[in-house]
Amino acid sequence: MSVRTLRIDGRDVASADGATVLEAARVAGVAIPTLCHLEGLSPVAACRLCLVEIEGSPKLQPACITPVSEGLVVHTATPRLREIRRTVIELLFTEGNHVCSVCVANGHCELQDRAVEVGMDHARLPYRFPDRPVDLSHPRFGLDHNRCILCSRCVRVCDEVEGAHVWDVAWRGEHCRIIAGLDQPWGSVDACTDCGKCVMVCPTGALFHKGDSEGEKHEDPSRLAALQRARHARQEAP
Amino acid sequence: MTRTILIDPVTRIEGHAKISIHLDAGGAVTGAHFHVGEFRGFEAFCVGRPFSEMAAITARICGICPVSHLLAAAKTGDQLLVVTIPPAAERLRRLMNLAQIIQSHALSFFHLSSPDFLLGWDSDPAQHNVFGLIAANPELARGGIRLRQFGQAVIERLGGRKIHPAWAVPGGVRSPLQPDDRDWIRSRLSEAVATTRGALDLFKRLLDGPLAAEASVFGDFPSLFMGLVGPDGLWEHYGGRLRLIDSTGALVTAELPADGLSAEQLGGLLAEAVDPSTYLKFPYYKPLGPEAGSYRVGPLARLNVCERIGHEQADRELLELRQRGGRVVTSSFLYHQARLIEILAALEAIEALLDDPALCDPHVRAHAGVNAREAVGVSEAPRGTLFHHYRVDSDGLIEAVNLIIATGQNNRAMNRTITQIARHFIQAGPAEGRGAAADLPEISEGLLNRVEAGIRCFDPCLSCSTHAAGQMPLHVQLIGPEGELLRERWRD
Repeated sequence: MSVRTLRIDGRDVASADGATVLEAARVAGVAIPTLCHLEGLSPVAACRLCLVEIEGSPKLQPACITPVSEGLVVHTATPRLREIRRTVIELLFTEGNHVCSVCVANGHCELQDRAVEVGMDHARLPYRFPDRPVDLSHPRFGLDHNRCILCSRCVRVCDEVEGAHVWDVAWRGEHCRIIAGLDQPWGSVDACTDCGKCVMVCPTGALFHKGDSEGEKHEDPSRLAALQRARHARQEAP
Repeated sequence: MTRTILIDPVTRIEGHAKISIHLDAGGAVTGAHFHVGEFRGFEAFCVGRPFSEMAAITARICGICPVSHLLAAAKTGDQLLVVTIPPAAERLRRLMNLAQIIQSHALSFFHLSSPDFLLGWDSDPAQHNVFGLIAANPELARGGIRLRQFGQAVIERLGGRKIHPAWAVPGGVRSPLQPDDRDWIRSRLSEAVATTRGALDLFKRLLDGPLAAEASVFGDFPSLFMGLVGPDGLWEHYGGRLRLIDSTGALVTAELPADGLSAEQLGGLLAEAVDPSTYLKFPYYKPLGPEAGSYRVGPLARLNVCERIGHEQADRELLELRQRGGRVVTSSFLYHQARLIEILAALEAIEALLDDPALCDPHVRAHAGVNAREAVGVSEAPRGTLFHHYRVDSDGLIEAVNLIIATGQNNRAMNRTITQIARHFIQAGPAEGRGAAADLPEISEGLLNRVEAGIRCFDPCLSCSTHAAGQMPLHVQLIGPEGELLRERWRD
């Protein structure tokens, strides 16, 4: 395995060829905020929170899908990037209906955590208050479109890990939303195995256990990576 | 020529409201009205939400008594699940409601109303607040503050936080009581009882002396009274049966079960009238209509509907209250005494609960799906009987919500109380020649304060966003029939 050397925030970093800037930064102890990214799932660069500046490139690049290359000089925390990250979070908050005080994920929400990290003490953009439904048709789980940030973790985990492919992203623009079984009530989709992995990886309170009340959703999405490693280990065992 | 005196906003209550006093050409009071200008819209925006979230959402209606909405919503949820909650869960919910009654009543009596009693109606308004009380009677103020802190600390130890704990849920509660917390609660009881006893003795001395007139002027009139009663007609705050009596103590209608009250029973019992001058509705006993069917709820009503409290010290105080005001006490001013008696009752009830070995049982939550499409939950908030009524679809999404709040049920009684006070203290002048502004009587500080205090008897909770004791401006206007400003007074 060949090694690439690069600079991240003035720090010399050695990384395996084929790794992403995000992976290299994390190995080097440089924190880059993410939302749609989750170890164990393929990256999609949907949330744009991990954008970084790369010297010589006029465009900002998402660290989660940008491969390392020899001599790359990366900046992860410039004033421009901080402003963009805060704006990204504000856009997510104002675009949906995120009412932390009554949300099932209050206190255990990645969107909430990122808002604190980027210093979003208020929204500078007007709230849209869209009229969105809640799907409680599944016997065990619920989907609240008001809290969905379209990270597509549920889509990927169901397709890539469970192999059921219940979820998809449908429609465009402000109408864009997660659908189950080609836009059926979740509870009527036969493909769903009721495994709950989509609930586990959801970064907000959009997917939850039915009956949860405020702050009761305590999921640990990092369990997915451990689950993946255990499966690989079993498959590779003689 | 008629005139209107406007008190806007009313101070030292939970929320924002104004009072208008209408005078006829002779300067006599024709009526007084309590206006609430806030609109919240909870019944509308809860539609479409899972019913399991209703406890947390409706608790946000208010920061003073969120526990009341929490419990009413959880009880409505129990009915939708059609479950019997574990015995420990009911005991713990009762414990939290008792703590809530203590902290809310302590706030009403010590922080908001006692400056009126102890500093005098006509005292300097700059000192007419809890800070003035601290200067005048530091021991009473400290005791009252610690009593409220005790109630809030019990809520925090049960639910994880003092305000808006999302702890009661359909099917029970989220976490059991730890023995350490039970022991802490027990350790603070004797101090709380002593504070309450001291306040009761003080208030009764004032009633026998400087406040003797107030009991007959501050809203003394016959009306219906509603509240929950337990087995054998005992004082109740959580379950039991719903009882409605008249001023003679006679049952107005057959008692209804608090748990399992059907939507049809509620619809046959109560209706809500509306008035364009206020967002606060006027619930009434439906068969008798809006006037004759108006009733009072809250501490005085609970003590009126019950046969006895069932706890030794509180029962002695109840006997004294009835010796002073009759078997059914009709003076709204004695709500204050009733509030203190209820604190004592709540402290004794907590002591009894702490001795119950089932209290710390870890099994506190029953799980089920939606098994009923419509349900009513009833509990006693500090200010009176609280009804939550939900209709859900087969998945448990809310289709309709109706909340009947204690303060609304006292709305007509509050209007009658301030009318009675205004009539007593604004004396009619000569019938002739009162047209010119110069002839109008001065609006004294004492008058304003007494009219406001009439409202404070009911400790109304107007779902405040903020409340700064003694710092709200008071604006009173005397306005002629053509809209001309005849006299004006500001208080900062």
